[in-house]
Amino acid sequence: MGEFKVHRVRFFEYMPTAIRAMSFNAHTERLALARVDGSVEVFNFADRYFQEKVIPGKDAHSIEALCWVGGRLFSAGLHGEITEYDLENLRPKYSLEAYGGPIWTIISNPQGTHVAIGCEDGTVKLFEVLAEGVQFERNLDRQKGRIISLSWHPSGTRIAAGMMDMIRVFDVLTGDVGGCKSRETVVWTVVFLSDHTIFSSDSAGKVQVWDGHTGTLVKTHQLTKWDVLALSVSKDESSVVAGTSEGTVVQFQFIAPNLQQQEKEWVRTRTFKNHTHDVRALVEIGTAIVSGGMDTQLVVRPLLEKFEEKCFASGLRRIHFPHRNLVSCAQKARLLLLQFPGQLELWRLGESDGHGKPGDILPLKTKPEKLLYLKRKGKDHICCSALSSCGGWLAYSTVSSVRLYRLQTDNNISITKVLQSPGCLGMWSLPVRTMTTELGLALHLPVTLKETQSKLCITLAIPFSHNHVSLFQLHCMVPMYSSCPSAMGIHPTTNNLTMVHADQQIFEFSIAEKQYTVWSRKLQMQGLHNLWLNRDTPVTHVTFNPKNPDQILLHDMYMFCIIDQSLPLPDQKTQFYNQMTLRSLSEQERPSHLHAFKVCKSFQDLMCMRLLDDQSLVVVERPLMAINSQLPAPVRQKKFAT
Amino acid sequence: MVEHTGIRVVHRGGSKINFREPVITSDSRFLLCGSGESVKVYSTSTEECVHDLQGHTDLVTGVVLNPSNHLQAYSCSADGTVRLWDFTDGILIKTFIIRYHIFSIHVSEKHVGVLFVVVPMANEKELFQLVAVHLPRSGDPEVEVGELSAVLCDVSPNPGAVSFGTGGEYIAAAKGLQLEVFFFKKQKSYRFSLKSGMNKGINNSFTCISCHPKEDCIATGHADGKIRLWRNFNQKKEYTYSTLHWHHNAVNTLRFTPEGSTNLLSGGIESVLVQWRYTQENQKDFLPRLGAAITHIAVSPDGSLFCTSHADNKITIILSSVKVSAIIQGLVKDDCVRTDLMIDPRSKALVLNGKPGHLQFYSLHRDKQLYNLDIVQQEYIHEQGVDQFQVVKAAFDTHGDWLATVEERRQKSSELEINLKLWSYDEQTQSFVLNTTVTAPHEDQITAMCFSPSPETTLLVTTSLDGHFKAWLCQLAKKIESASWSCDFVGGYHLLKPGCCCFSADGSLLAFGFQEVVTVWSPTSWELLTTLSQPPGAVRDLCFGRLSCSKYLLGTSTKNQLCCWNLLTCSLEWNTPMDVSLLQADPFSENMAAFCSQSGSTDLFVFKPSEPRPLFSKKALCTGKVERAIFAPRDQMLESSEEYSQWLNRSQLYFLTQHMDLMTFSTKTEEDRLLASSKQLMVDDSVAITPFYLLLGRHKQQQQEKQELLTNPLAERTPLPQGSIAIKELLDTPAHVLPSASFLCSMFVRSLLVSSSSAR
Repeated sequence: MGEFKVHRVRFFEYMPTAIRAMSFNAHTERLALARVDGSVEVFNFADRYFQEKVIPGKDAHSIEALCWVGGRLFSAGLHGEITEYDLENLRPKYSLEAYGGPIWTIISNPQGTHVAIGCEDGTVKLFEVLAEGVQFERNLDRQKGRIISLSWHPSGTRIAAGMMDMIRVFDVLTGDVGGCKSRETVVWTVVFLSDHTIFSSDSAGKVQVWDGHTGTLVKTHQLTKWDVLALSVSKDESSVVAGTSEGTVVQFQFIAPNLQQQEKEWVRTRTFKNHTHDVRALVEIGTAIVSGGMDTQLVVRPLLEKFEEKCFASGLRRIHFPHRNLVSCAQKARLLLLQFPGQLELWRLGESDGHGKPGDILPLKTKPEKLLYLKRKGKDHICCSALSSCGGWLAYSTVSSVRLYRLQTDNNISITKVLQSPGCLGMWSLPVRTMTTELGLALHLPVTLKETQSKLCITLAIPFSHNHVSLFQLHCMVPMYSSCPSAMGIHPTTNNLTMVHADQQIFEFSIAEKQYTVWSRKLQMQGLHNLWLNRDTPVTHVTFNPKNPDQILLHDMYMFCIIDQSLPLPDQKTQFYNQMTLRSLSEQERPSHLHAFKVCKSFQDLMCMRLLDDQSLVVVERPLMAINSQLPAPVRQKKFAT
Repeated sequence: MVEHTGIRVVHRGGSKINFREPVITSDSRFLLCGSGESVKVYSTSTEECVHDLQGHTDLVTGVVLNPSNHLQAYSCSADGTVRLWDFTDGILIKTFIIRYHIFSIHVSEKHVGVLFVVVPMANEKELFQLVAVHLPRSGDPEVEVGELSAVLCDVSPNPGAVSFGTGGEYIAAAKGLQLEVFFFKKQKSYRFSLKSGMNKGINNSFTCISCHPKEDCIATGHADGKIRLWRNFNQKKEYTYSTLHWHHNAVNTLRFTPEGSTNLLSGGIESVLVQWRYTQENQKDFLPRLGAAITHIAVSPDGSLFCTSHADNKITIILSSVKVSAIIQGLVKDDCVRTDLMIDPRSKALVLNGKPGHLQFYSLHRDKQLYNLDIVQQEYIHEQGVDQFQVVKAAFDTHGDWLATVEERRQKSSELEINLKLWSYDEQTQSFVLNTTVTAPHEDQITAMCFSPSPETTLLVTTSLDGHFKAWLCQLAKKIESASWSCDFVGGYHLLKPGCCCFSADGSLLAFGFQEVVTVWSPTSWELLTTLSQPPGAVRDLCFGRLSCSKYLLGTSTKNQLCCWNLLTCSLEWNTPMDVSLLQADPFSENMAAFCSQSGSTDLFVFKPSEPRPLFSKKALCTGKVERAIFAPRDQMLESSEEYSQWLNRSQLYFLTQHMDLMTFSTKTEEDRLLASSKQLMVDDSVAITPFYLLLGRHKQQQQEKQELLTNPLAERTPLPQGSIAIKELLDTPAHVLPSASFLCSMFVRSLLVSSSSAR
């Protein structure tokens, strides 16, 4: 069809970092995930595993463990501090030095009154959780060697601690010690069950079952030659999962060996292999096993026997890319701004004057060129960035400051700092899809979204002049919807706000009339096609075609879609992915088969898709193969016939 | 033509012993396995066949021990009966007539008086069901079973895919991608299905199943080599399984060892027996190099013995310490027999190619492989796609002194490699020894080879597609080892390709089939005597008549002609239009057997060349073409008076069907004789040693010994040292009166020495 000239960009060397720790809050169905670079992500499992919040990391501030206390999120790391996060403003609320050397683990008791940390110096420290923070209560008996892992008995009276070569059980009230001994190993994780059974996983590749009363070994399961790094127990304590360095997740189930009898025992059952590298973090959430590790992807493996019928949650999910934009594009100036945690890169797109058949690769006249490498200032990582469409302005933000730069790219490249504002973080940071709009001004800036109690409030921040930022509050409330918006955009000519939610619903809201548009109502009446609703990655960007006001362009990780509002909507019976069929039809037959959703899947692993002013598309791909090839080598495994 | 009912086509000798799973008796002394139409009882220690339980009239499809009497066994057959045997004495106790083709049989201790058999569904032949058979209590030896109740529908006919669970509480059956477990108490079944992995190129369908003897755990084997252990299967949803993976190809069979040290045994095409420790599945033991793909595994009830059936018709008996203790080898049948079927004139054994590169000698009477002769003498590489030397032709001379073999290898790019080997019989080693190797005897494939039957010369004739026939003559020396072979004559006829050759019974004439032309030569002077031709169609087979009919030459052609020429008049005596695929002459009579393929099945005609009227005919003998057949001599002549069965009096006709089943003909008199011999109460001479035996048995033994001494004076042997007076003295004298040990020692040693006079 050859409608667009496509710039296929593969020079964005985005590299996600390994997953280090996870914690699941069953009450709110939020999964907190910590990466090795110190960033924390919060996924909403009730809302199609949508990445709701991202708190960027900080240099020299790695996280070893995460824990939820009620709705509050705590982390601890080898820097020796306990940090609580402000989940409203997406930044650390405070950090508290624990004075025990590096902290290996943090865990809260089931009652939510205390957290315990395991320190390098061999102490287990108890902190009381207060409304405004945590307060040190006392130390349990100090041991030789570091405390690697902790697990609280469900009653809250005992703690099992995994150490070098040793598991110890502490009585929380008295601080007494009982122990089980293993040999020459690091006990990576312990799990304390309510019947005083202790599961331990260690560096010798074993998962061992201990009797917590007597400290005797009940059973040893040799899982691997390498380490078993993670353990997690289901809420009803009928299943324990263990993650190994080989990338496998092994399930143990509490099963009666004889069906008629009540006596049960722990039996090794299923093995899942969804990772190529170490599984460092693992959570069993009842209906699924969530695992993450060195290969940077988050895998949600559903337990199929828990589902009555096929639904969204019963499919395997792999989350590779963040659910937000890391690339911004100057449509007029043909520039791309690539965001990394530590720096920004500005590229000029290549040009080609060739003409060819649809599907041809055109020769380049000028190659893409890296114009600028901008290192961030300070320790905090960059959380969002933007580029104006004329290419004259550049802005980025960390959790502590916003910076705005004037950019000249015509002949000699120059950059001058215009503004540094430490103040307006609260505005900036929230869940933030950076949204761009054009109100006759040269500069667009991210728009923050605040989820208020009943309505979505849109605040636009538009700097008018070089050193003055004005805030506009558009007092127009969009009716609230249960699912979080994953992308939104304001139409340049009609001023309609198009929103795509995590559950794949699309709304169009007229800002002028303060109500949903006719097209949006029609779409809701008729309902979206099932194939559209069952896609497994959220739409991360919405943009419009300036030449054709009817066209809305969206993309997610696996496809991009052009919605043509002038065409009829597809109903459930129409063929949704119809591009191939259309191609085979003659010119006369085509119009009768057209529908509003035109989906293109020829580009995979999409990070960004933009329409330039000259009607050419920019597609930024980051192939997963390229990410995998940059990962460190996995542990050596014997492969058959090698 | 008349159909004769008195002659049946039966499996006898050389039948598969690996068709179904063997059974080890509870005392581990015997092994029962179905073999053709009989059940064989082998001794697990000596590998000898102790009894041959005859009675079924069709293929035996399963053998199980009677759970309520460990000295009895049930067998089921495709003839629709279940028979109860006393296998220690070899007696048929009872016959239950079910009147359905039975595919497998299963029993459980909990269900006394009930057998579970797999039969086809009433209206659909392709579907099978598992039914419970309630055995009627009646004293009659033949009982009709009326009551069948279906337990499971749509099961696999493979007996390995059905298994009883702990104490017979439930039965598990697998078919395709589905596992079904039926609980008898609840009368409820649960079905679990696997997702098809076909689109990913994985075939994860079930192949076999085994239930843990104590715990509720079902092990299933899959076509992709995985083993799954299912637990918690008494509910629809919360069932669970773990996966074990070692086999790289389909798991053929699985078996749990009995309680105690429960292990799981598995086997497949890798021909490695894998022993998995239950609950510690990453520990496993291997027994590699078992020779051929494992098809079944059986375990004795006490767990002391395992046995594995193999694809090359072999049963290996393995001790529980994973050591091979005995091997029972049946007739090796590959997917095709390249050499003809032959009879070794010395041992009267059937000879054909067995293991790759070997000839096997198989005794049909004893139904046992005698030995293998390595022809190729090269290491066989177990890998697909490797082109290796194969034995394609073999021939014996009349006395069995010489064996000629042809091996060939055709590689894709290079030329055909042929070796002709001549083997002489060595009296001392009782085996054939390689005498001469002729590399590249012909330029193309050898089509036929035969020895001259004349007693004066040892002459071998080979014909080849290169258009020549060669005569190889043996220069006899004093010792057979120093005999040498050389090419005596190379002949041809108008550059036509010879397809077959045949010597007359006295060796004075030699006939070649050169496509449409039959040429008759004199092997002494090598002159062409006459040519006979009866176009159209190339000559396929040639055969001289014997004894009184030696003036006739018979030939078959590809264009459906059977011709008989009179050699005295050199004219056609008679011909009939029939598509003869194989013509075989009986070496002991004038009779000829012609196998005709007609519309997918084979008919047999037995006739004398003197008259074009069949002595015996059998329509639709079997499906498919019969390519190989042989008349084997009987060890005992039959005195059959009926005209139609007289041709079977001196020899027995064996033939191989398309499915590589060795079949033969059995007459009524023969069956009567066999039945009579099996009815004789055979007393096993190796009865277990019990106190009762010690009282009575020893007495009997002494009597026997006395008798033997009387009848057989040669049996007198030098008395063992236990009997010597010195020892008796030493042992009988009370210890306190004995002299010192140093004194006794020299006396004792002296008593053991054999004096030179008594040795002579």
